[in-house]
Amino acid sequence: MSIGQAFLGLLESHPRHGYDLKRAYDERFGQDRPLHYGQVYATLSRLLKNGLVEVDSIEPGEGPERKCYAITAAGVTDVERWLANPEKPDLYLQNTLYTKVVIALLTGRGAAEILDTQRAEHLRLMRDLTRRKTDGDLADQLICDYGLFHLEADLRWLELTAARLDELTREVRS
Amino acid sequence: MNGTTTPLLAGTGLRKTYGATPALVDATICVRAGEVLAVMGPSGSGKSTLLHCLAGIVAPDAGRIVYDGRELTAMSDRERSALRRREFGFVFQFGQLVPELTCLENVALPLRLDGLKRREAERRAAGWLDRLEVADVADKRPGEVSGGQGQRVAVARALVHQPRVVFADEPTGALDSLNGERVMRLLTRATREAGAAVVLVTHETRVAAYSDREIVVRDGTSHDAELVA
Repeated sequence: MSIGQAFLGLLESHPRHGYDLKRAYDERFGQDRPLHYGQVYATLSRLLKNGLVEVDSIEPGEGPERKCYAITAAGVTDVERWLANPEKPDLYLQNTLYTKVVIALLTGRGAAEILDTQRAEHLRLMRDLTRRKTDGDLADQLICDYGLFHLEADLRWLELTAARLDELTREVRS
Repeated sequence: MNGTTTPLLAGTGLRKTYGATPALVDATICVRAGEVLAVMGPSGSGKSTLLHCLAGIVAPDAGRIVYDGRELTAMSDRERSALRRREFGFVFQFGQLVPELTCLENVALPLRLDGLKRREAERRAAGWLDRLEVADVADKRPGEVSGGQGQRVAVARALVHQPRVVFADEPTGALDSLNGERVMRLLTRATREAGAAVVLVTHETRVAAYSDREIVVRDGTSHDAELVA
């Protein structure tokens, strides 16, 4: 998730303060990982430096000044480019699970237990997402479905690997 | 899940062979009152046979099935059939509704078979169609409704007589993702409200994610860690 581009997208409708941006981001995209204030201001400062946002106004107050940020024309172009370009599909070719399975087999341990344990953990998370989806609104459903489909893909890999373990054991240990 | 509660339905050491093909080798499973239990496993692993044995549709060659303190495996065909009609509900992948009857009559059918008057049976059936969000198809025949609607009618029929266990064998297998999700959401919501347990056979993990827990059947073998020895 690119926080910078999400900020730009949120600023495109109207200028916002840093705090408003964090709140809008957390509400829409950060259910599991709300942003730290440090991330918010570091991101804004980078966007400012790159000319993608500008300070629209400054409100003096008793505490620190409250800056209101607005997107620039370059910022809008950046959002358009980001939206138009597909994300690079991550094939997870070297993922931790694969490494665990191979290491287990190389060291003479059983890999089936690793796969079963992982399966149960994946399903546990899928249950949580399904509950959240069932109780939530359409935005929750879309976010949860994204996670669910990815977890499902992992589970299919786990299932297929479990079915191929004998073959893989022979290959790894030969 | 409390491991010390007596299960409502339990099968131990189940074995079943079709000709020379072993379908169940050593299957153990327990279902607690009100829980949604997913039975998972690859195609041909024996999960449907396990469901059929548990539901008293197929008699296992060996092993024991106990439902609410009564041994299913020791009952006569007649007793098992009465038990299935009164205490169990069924949802299959397809082909379960009577094509000549309207959806309302289909849902009312289990109550009519149990001797309830038509008017009362259809009043209750209409309530279930409403809960399953298919009240608008009450007067249509199964051939005139979509796959998703038909499956929701089937769920209503499975629940209309307030069974204690619903057996669902790949209930979303013939549906697209969106309709499958809707059937699962309504099925689990309705059974939870009614306090019925569900034995859900599926090979789809997204469907299994609607359950409270799962057991896996591989090569006709399953172990249920919840079962108290």
